[in-house]
Amino acid sequence: MEVRTPSSRCPTLPPKEARSCDIEPRVSRPRNEVPDRGSNHHLDKPPQQQQLEQQSCLLLLLVLAIHLPNMPPLREATAQRSAFSQSLRPYLQCVRSSLIAALTLSNFASQTTERHNVPEIEAQTSPEVLLTPLTIARNENERVLIEPSINSVRISIKIKQADEIENLLVHKFTRFLEMRAESFFILRRKPIPGYDISFLITNFHTEEMLKHKLVDFIIEFQEEVDKEISEMKLFLNARARFVAESFLTPFD
Amino acid sequence: MAAPEVHHLFHNPIADHSFSADHSTLAVARDSSVELYSKAGNAFKLADVLKGHDKTVTSVDIAPNSGRIVSCSQDRNALVWEPSPTGYKPTLVLLRISRAATFVRWSPSETKFAVGSGDRVIAVCYFEEENDWWVSKHLKKPIRSTITSVAWHPNSVLLAAGSTDAHARVLSAFVKGVDERPEPCVWGERLPFNTICGEYLNNSAGWVHSVAFSPSGNALAFAAHDSSVTVVYPSGPEQPPKAVLSIPTQLLPFKSLLWKAEDEIIAAGYDCEAFRFQGGEGGWQLVGTMESKGHAGAGEQREESALNMFRQMDLKGKVKDNTQLKTVHQNTISNIRPYEVSGGKVTKFSSSGVDGRVVIWNA
Repeated sequence: MEVRTPSSRCPTLPPKEARSCDIEPRVSRPRNEVPDRGSNHHLDKPPQQQQLEQQSCLLLLLVLAIHLPNMPPLREATAQRSAFSQSLRPYLQCVRSSLIAALTLSNFASQTTERHNVPEIEAQTSPEVLLTPLTIARNENERVLIEPSINSVRISIKIKQADEIENLLVHKFTRFLEMRAESFFILRRKPIPGYDISFLITNFHTEEMLKHKLVDFIIEFQEEVDKEISEMKLFLNARARFVAESFLTPFD
Repeated sequence: MAAPEVHHLFHNPIADHSFSADHSTLAVARDSSVELYSKAGNAFKLADVLKGHDKTVTSVDIAPNSGRIVSCSQDRNALVWEPSPTGYKPTLVLLRISRAATFVRWSPSETKFAVGSGDRVIAVCYFEEENDWWVSKHLKKPIRSTITSVAWHPNSVLLAAGSTDAHARVLSAFVKGVDERPEPCVWGERLPFNTICGEYLNNSAGWVHSVAFSPSGNALAFAAHDSSVTVVYPSGPEQPPKAVLSIPTQLLPFKSLLWKAEDEIIAAGYDCEAFRFQGGEGGWQLVGTMESKGHAGAGEQREESALNMFRQMDLKGKVKDNTQLKTVHQNTISNIRPYEVSGGKVTKFSSSGVDGRVVIWNA
């Protein structure tokens, strides 16, 4: 079975010199590695050429507008809006507001171990700095567990699984992500029992990255992952059909 | 209202900041060092880096008259930096704590300072002439969790402390030989060391992030993690308080608060902006935010060019680039402090945040 690279966005750090708290968790996709066609690179050209470039730019825009439905990045942007189905909206809205409230973290050194500063939600050594965990469920198959503490929040997501194929796909997909947890920063290497994927956000993450963008990322991940899984399922079915057909042709 | 004065110092969180009395020096806690900035024109330039701690510095305070700087850190130590012609000279304080030091403040008399810690104690430190050393006495008894903030009463004897066990306490930090016998006040008449003058809990028992005495010292305010601010008016020694007024809000919790005057409190925190509360013994209420956000919004409403839109889509996969918050601070405000006081009222205050900015506001 083929596991495709995830198209879900992950917050990655900008290069060291550009690292700042003003930088949003960046989208890491292959097409983002296209170098920035700098806006001032044609300033040193003669005015006629500039005009020509502007005209060609307008032309390009027209072409783009005509082919809009077929362009992959644009199609995705529009699909995203329509995928936001009616019953999903209040669920994600609830997750979003709970996350905003839970991501009020501060730097808090351990009270049990000398000179240590550990995520309290993982250490579980001082009960008074842990808050009551919160479960938000859309139905029995889809739920989110938010476990806040004074310096860290653990967010676990149960992804929708209707049948065994989806079960398998979700397992493979989350495993793929978790094996690369270092480059995802907030991803936990192992999910909490009963959930498919867990994130651990500490105060150091909220200091380095924008808080509202972290929330956006979790929400977007939830939106995208269902779509991703159903797409993978369709792809798998089509492939199975094709394989079966070509396998059975000699017996025709 | 005049625009706030914004100083973007660096891209690291500022745990705490403190201005010297003449506002020419700004001490900022950054990672494991204290950075001193001096005023050059309208900006602050890095003048000195005080290195001595080996873990995150959690708090820093400049004594207004003597110019001594005290800093404390998660490496369990506090250092007093004495100004000298050749630079600042550090002296280690005998804190006797075995967990992180979380908060430090000079008393108004500048002969003592209090260090809150994760060791469930407050170390009240004073200078012992015969040993030539800063030594400490521990306030220990009722504290059951990390101290998050301390604040001194104007008489330099009473100390308010907020902690993660959800209590705000008023304790006596009277040190024989250092302090004069204090005048009796609403909090108590006889105040030997470690007298508990008050212990307050708010409705939903959230961690207390910040405590502050009113300018007269006759009221106490504290901000807790349930997004509320609670004001306590004591009635007299050994008696239940006259009024405990809790002001719940729909905002994110406040990290820090200060009294502008007896009838006004300013609080700031996770919402990245400061809010104003007004009231008195009869009742308190949230008045509103301190910033007018018109200017930031104007630029955003501007018509986007088509070229820009497609470029954004190509580069980032989306049209709108909403990385900027509309507030001046772009991340949590960790601390607010009075900057200028005239006629018993705070006319300007400064705030520092996780985004590396120090901002001076008109109160």
